[in-house]
Amino acid sequence: MKKQITRVNKEKEYEEYVKNKVPKPNYLLNCLWAFFVGGVICTIAQFINNLLKNSGLNKTDAGTVTVIIMIFLGAFLTGLGVYDKLGKKAGAGSIVPITGFANSIVSPAMEFKREGYVLGVAAKMFSVAGPVLVYGFGSSVIIGVLYYFFIR
Amino acid sequence: MAVKKIGTQTVKFNSPPVIIGTSTTVGPKEGEGPLSEYFDIILKDDLYGEKSWELAESKMLRETVKAAVKASGKKMSDMEYMFSGDLLNQSMSASFAARDLELPFFGLYGACSTMTESLSLGSMIIDGGYADNIIAVTSSHFSSAERQFRFPLEHGNQRKLTAQWTVTGSGAAVLSSFGNGPEIRYVTTGKVVDLGIKDANNMGAAMAPSAADTIVKHFEDTGLPTDYYDLIVTGDLAQIGKEIAEEMVLDKGYNILKNYNDCGLLIFDNLAQDTHAGGSGCGCSASVFCGYIYKEMMKKNINKVLLISTGALLSVTSTQQGQSIPGIAHAVSIVNKGS
Repeated sequence: MKKQITRVNKEKEYEEYVKNKVPKPNYLLNCLWAFFVGGVICTIAQFINNLLKNSGLNKTDAGTVTVIIMIFLGAFLTGLGVYDKLGKKAGAGSIVPITGFANSIVSPAMEFKREGYVLGVAAKMFSVAGPVLVYGFGSSVIIGVLYYFFIR
Repeated sequence: MAVKKIGTQTVKFNSPPVIIGTSTTVGPKEGEGPLSEYFDIILKDDLYGEKSWELAESKMLRETVKAAVKASGKKMSDMEYMFSGDLLNQSMSASFAARDLELPFFGLYGACSTMTESLSLGSMIIDGGYADNIIAVTSSHFSSAERQFRFPLEHGNQRKLTAQWTVTGSGAAVLSSFGNGPEIRYVTTGKVVDLGIKDANNMGAAMAPSAADTIVKHFEDTGLPTDYYDLIVTGDLAQIGKEIAEEMVLDKGYNILKNYNDCGLLIFDNLAQDTHAGGSGCGCSASVFCGYIYKEMMKKNINKVLLISTGALLSVTSTQQGQSIPGIAHAVSIVNKGS
């Protein structure tokens, strides 16, 4: 019997065909970039952290202040238009550290400034980072409840 | 009776409309590209003295219309209709420009196929005897498209290798029932074709089947041989889409390998300008056609062109709802008089 060509078959076939046409990214080079840039960001943070501890802050306070400084740096470099260029090369290397989180909040805030401070900046600020916050807070609550009942 | 219709999707004009003038405006990046010398206005600042990217795009479209009308030797008051559209929500660039130009206006949405869509409809209006002079124009802007369809400009993400770069540019053509310039002989209107591609970073692959479909229909309907044209050029299929379209057309028994190119590949030097797969956007085929192709036709270096602007009919909502990307492509056959 002749094979019937359905829409789904045709789409599957085309998907396979297109897959062979798509150029493969250079994974090794991308990984090296991510490792290098991500590493440098973390080394800077560690340096700041050590500096703070040496100047007398306790471990918890030093950590908090380091995070504040790194968030500031991420936001500052976004404002200067440097962070997107870094992200283009580094990928996850500059997205995963907390500086990347700052970038994902500051960049939409800058982009939508022309729509005003309420409907633009404030409303769009979390358009990229929002899901991370929602599920981050959400999962921390769930873990907290589990901890309360089973481990404490 | 539809006496001018040939085949299933093509119209053959009895008195072909003439493209009597064009103009182009492009952004700084396009101005550094290989076609630099063919563009009329190259912006130094792509905000163009406006408060937002959207207003800058609208101004680009408006000023391009004025320049094209001037180039055609007509007056703005001679223009009887304006056919225009763009990529922004509710075609902000086109309608805001039409407001200032005070022309009778048909707003179109064909995504990046708008250049040939507007040329097609404009030609039919003129050959039908409803007007003598019309303007067909469209635009796109990298920054306004990015913020509507993708990420904020300063967001540090990586573009995929299949991604295309939205052209900042506008192209306008003045069509007339009489005058000097290349004429529009045939129009083949495309159908929406969708083979299930969902990746908005690979629009070339999503649009290629519709382009191939329209190209094949054009040759079937007109009976012309594929080597009739000096240049068969698609709008913005870019690297991957162009390859696919070529093979799909060959599969149907039409060989266009020798005279086929794509505006998305012509406008940028992909390696030097880091534009990945190539250019895209309404402004891509508009500026390449109204700039490079039109000027080469006027110099008689190219005499017969089949222009197929290609559009990806996706929206932010359709992508978020997990839908595939429908493609559209309209073909316009442009030929120098006497050839």
